[in-house]
Amino acid sequence: MQIEIGVVPQYSIGVRPERFICFLGILCCLLFAIQTHAQEKKVESVIDSILPVNLEEVIIVASYDHTLEHRSQHKPLSTLDEYLESSRKVSMIKRGAYAWEPVLNDMSSERLSVTIDGMRIFGACTDKMDPVTSYVDVSNLKEVHVSGGQQGAEQGSVIGGSIDLKLEKSDFVEKGWFGSVETGGETSNAARILGGELNYSDSKFYVDTDAIYRKADNYSAGGGDEVAFSQYEKYNLSTNAGYRVSEGKKLSASFIFDEARDVGYPALPMDVSLARAYIASVSWSQKSFLKHFTDWETKLYANKVTHVMDDSKRPDVPIRMDMPGWSDTYGFYTQANLRLESHRFLLKLDGYYNRSLAEMTMYPEDPDENSMFMLTWPDVRTFNSGFYSEDMIPFETGYLKLSTRLAINMSNVADEFGLNSLRIFYPDMPQRKNRFLKSVSLQYYKDLDKFHVNTGLSYGDRAPSVSEGYGFYLFNSFDNHDYIGDPELSNEKALEANAKVSFKGDRLSTSIEGNYFFMQDYILGEVDPSLSVMTIGAEGVKIYKNLEYAHLFNISWENEYDITPVLKWTGILSYHRGVDDDNRNLPFISPLTYKSGLQYAQQGYTGSISMKGAASQENFNPDFGEDKTDAYMVFSLSMGKIFTIDSNTLYVKLGVENIFDEYYSTYTDWKNIPRMGRNFFMNVSYAIN
Amino acid sequence: MKRIKLFLAAIIVAAGFVSCSDNNNDDDIIIEVNPLEGYNMLTKLTANTHSIEIYSEQDQFTIGYNELFFRIKDDAADTYISNAEVSWMPVMHMTEMQHSCPKSSVGVTDDTSVYSGYVVFQMPGNDTEYWEMTFDYSIDGTSYSLTEKIDVLAPVNDKRRVTVFTGSDDVRYVLAMMPLDPQVAVNDFSAMLFKMESMMSFPNVADYAIMIDPRMPSMGNHSSPNNVDLSYDATSQMYNGKLSLTMTGYWKINLKVMDDDDTLLKGEDVTDENEASSLFFEIEF
Ligand SMILES: [Cu+2]
Ligand SMILES: [Cu+2]
Repeated sequence: MQIEIGVVPQYSIGVRPERFICFLGILCCLLFAIQTHAQEKKVESVIDSILPVNLEEVIIVASYDHTLEHRSQHKPLSTLDEYLESSRKVSMIKRGAYAWEPVLNDMSSERLSVTIDGMRIFGACTDKMDPVTSYVDVSNLKEVHVSGGQQGAEQGSVIGGSIDLKLEKSDFVEKGWFGSVETGGETSNAARILGGELNYSDSKFYVDTDAIYRKADNYSAGGGDEVAFSQYEKYNLSTNAGYRVSEGKKLSASFIFDEARDVGYPALPMDVSLARAYIASVSWSQKSFLKHFTDWETKLYANKVTHVMDDSKRPDVPIRMDMPGWSDTYGFYTQANLRLESHRFLLKLDGYYNRSLAEMTMYPEDPDENSMFMLTWPDVRTFNSGFYSEDMIPFETGYLKLSTRLAINMSNVADEFGLNSLRIFYPDMPQRKNRFLKSVSLQYYKDLDKFHVNTGLSYGDRAPSVSEGYGFYLFNSFDNHDYIGDPELSNEKALEANAKVSFKGDRLSTSIEGNYFFMQDYILGEVDPSLSVMTIGAEGVKIYKNLEYAHLFNISWENEYDITPVLKWTGILSYHRGVDDDNRNLPFISPLTYKSGLQYAQQGYTGSISMKGAASQENFNPDFGEDKTDAYMVFSLSMGKIFTIDSNTLYVKLGVENIFDEYYSTYTDWKNIPRMGRNFFMNVSYAIN
Repeated sequence: MKRIKLFLAAIIVAAGFVSCSDNNNDDDIIIEVNPLEGYNMLTKLTANTHSIEIYSEQDQFTIGYNELFFRIKDDAADTYISNAEVSWMPVMHMTEMQHSCPKSSVGVTDDTSVYSGYVVFQMPGNDTEYWEMTFDYSIDGTSYSLTEKIDVLAPVNDKRRVTVFTGSDDVRYVLAMMPLDPQVAVNDFSAMLFKMESMMSFPNVADYAIMIDPRMPSMGNHSSPNNVDLSYDATSQMYNGKLSLTMTGYWKINLKVMDDDDTLLKGEDVTDENEASSLFFEIEF
């Protein structure tokens, strides 16, 4: 099969013409509505602390006054997953309505670092049912920082990039007591959302508390069919406190408790009866340190994740089983800035220790027969410690950023039972394995008046994940294969080049951004026909292998145009391609996708209308269970109003997603489970000052 | 179950040890320890002023391979007899006939008062059919014989560890699995093969080959990787190989026996159509 890289395939738009006309009608109404209001200053949603040399995307979750972002977010009380999906760079793999898995630059969990305020945390599910992002909620977040490729190396050894979830903190703002209550509902899955926060903050001390509860029934796909096992229930409690010891010296602590129960995964053969995380940290920060250093911050953290899968609600399974998993992580980091002449250094030392254990017990039909037990993650202890440094060198019209991370990664299979299990496949496998990881990156930014140019070149590598290294018969329901890890895998390496050219005019901003990854020793499961499947009904067994190389290529074109000072149009077009050394398509590579929307904000009124869609997925990987996902196009609409009652504020937002009730699934939908059909929602927030 | 608690035998302390400790010395202390401490006494046969105590790691005579230890006690002198010349003969008395089973000769262990060997019982006794064990031994030139009934039972978990079959060469064979403490791991796995020459003679068979195919019938009959078929080892007179068990539970070890010309004597391949071989062992853990 001959495949050329970089050729945009033909595509069709799967929307009926009458819908399009209807959409135009709504658009006209919206435009008409805008005329009747006076002008208001445009909402500022750009973070200025971020230097333009960093190609970082910031997703704002909470606005300055601690309420959810009601202006730019079309559905403020949506799940964090929906926030991430609305971003320009992140897409989400869906196995159900809950706990989507973030994908950045066509790479997911094992190639990314997902952190909560810089803390490493690892899901406890062997089937990726609990990405890190499922253990926080929008209630306790301020923003999400998304950095592609080695620009994410500050957070860890990564290939695809990093996603750092920043917690919301009052941070000694003199506001006294303040709080808010939030509630929301949605029609497609009868979602009920109730949240609130209560905070106290003065110049010496602050404490923030947040709580949110979500419950949803099965959702309906476009056309009205109910998607069975798509319900979920979760709540999240968090608290943050800070104490100013003296001027410039702060002690702070945070704690998050997150628990989800009765979570259905319609795309998987099992559900989850419990997914729970305790996430805690204490940190010390100091404005200046050892004369030359500034912004010194040290954090100690620990988190504990428990994940229990459950098949008791499934009517017919070939065999009943229990599959609990645990992941505990303890870590620290300490970082400081240093200015030497024009150089701005960031130095960071970090480390974590993770323990991942998962087991599987299967119950034979004959009750007199012994149950069948195995360790699917053999109590793998990973100790990782690294040193990161970057140097930002400003020029007259630009910046040069050099950065590097050096880390050691040591893994140890602590459980004798698990070690012996793996030695069935690898008789000479050592109990311990040490790896040395490295990353270097060079990023250059030049300001040419209205044009801005970013280019970068970098190299990095990563250790295999616990599943890739030590997984023991992990069933993947997408390609219907059992997966076995290989502890002797080589580190996966990536040589990455990126470039961005942007134009910022008075009203129009447009940019083209692309990156290319040449990956050596790309880790992917390959069928071993000599092996016998463990899971009843599985097609075969795959073993994680290092492919000689693979290419990944992403390009996107983004536009923003201020039609009037209160009305903004945005449009994004992106294309992705990934092939391996044999010219086979890599799995989970996005087809051509587009998003376009009109956003309106004026004097307490907000409105948005948006469309998103994709061409059909021509470059799919059938070995991975993928097929050609059809093109789709869906539309959403939202309207909001802000009321001021005394000194308090009431936000009301109403909207409808998938207006035309389109039945569709995207390339990220596990086993093509359909997405939600038409869904009306309402969010109400009341902020008490 | 006649699990017998064995305690340390008498500890005889030299005179003066208690009162005068200055010049006491370890040589003064004679400690008699039961060399079969930790084993189970399966039975005690008595005759000729002697009793024979039979021990095993198992707690019963079980069909399949039994490694046995025994001691001959002079009941009058209350001492154990070392270096006696001993032979043994297990015989099953069935309604229609009598037969023996595969067995080793009797050897002496490092402790010269402890004798050992193995017996492979093919079938359990019942109300009307039973096993008898005969010991012939001579002490100081005098020969003795002792015969007594023993209880041979099916294993508690009823899993197959021995199988009797007629090969395609019309010879009857006894195939016994060596005791195994199964682990989720690659296990050392051994078996012994005997030919039934006559009702009373079961010599060891050398240089055949035994193919293994472990399966889990309750889980879609899956197999396991990296098993090694059993091949003959002349020193131990056993067939040794490797058995991979990927999880706990019930495993059926499907077998095929080939003779030294690679002719299939018994057993079939496991396929989609054929769930199991007619020749197999069972393990559950
Ligand atoms: Cu799971
Ligand atoms: Cu099994």
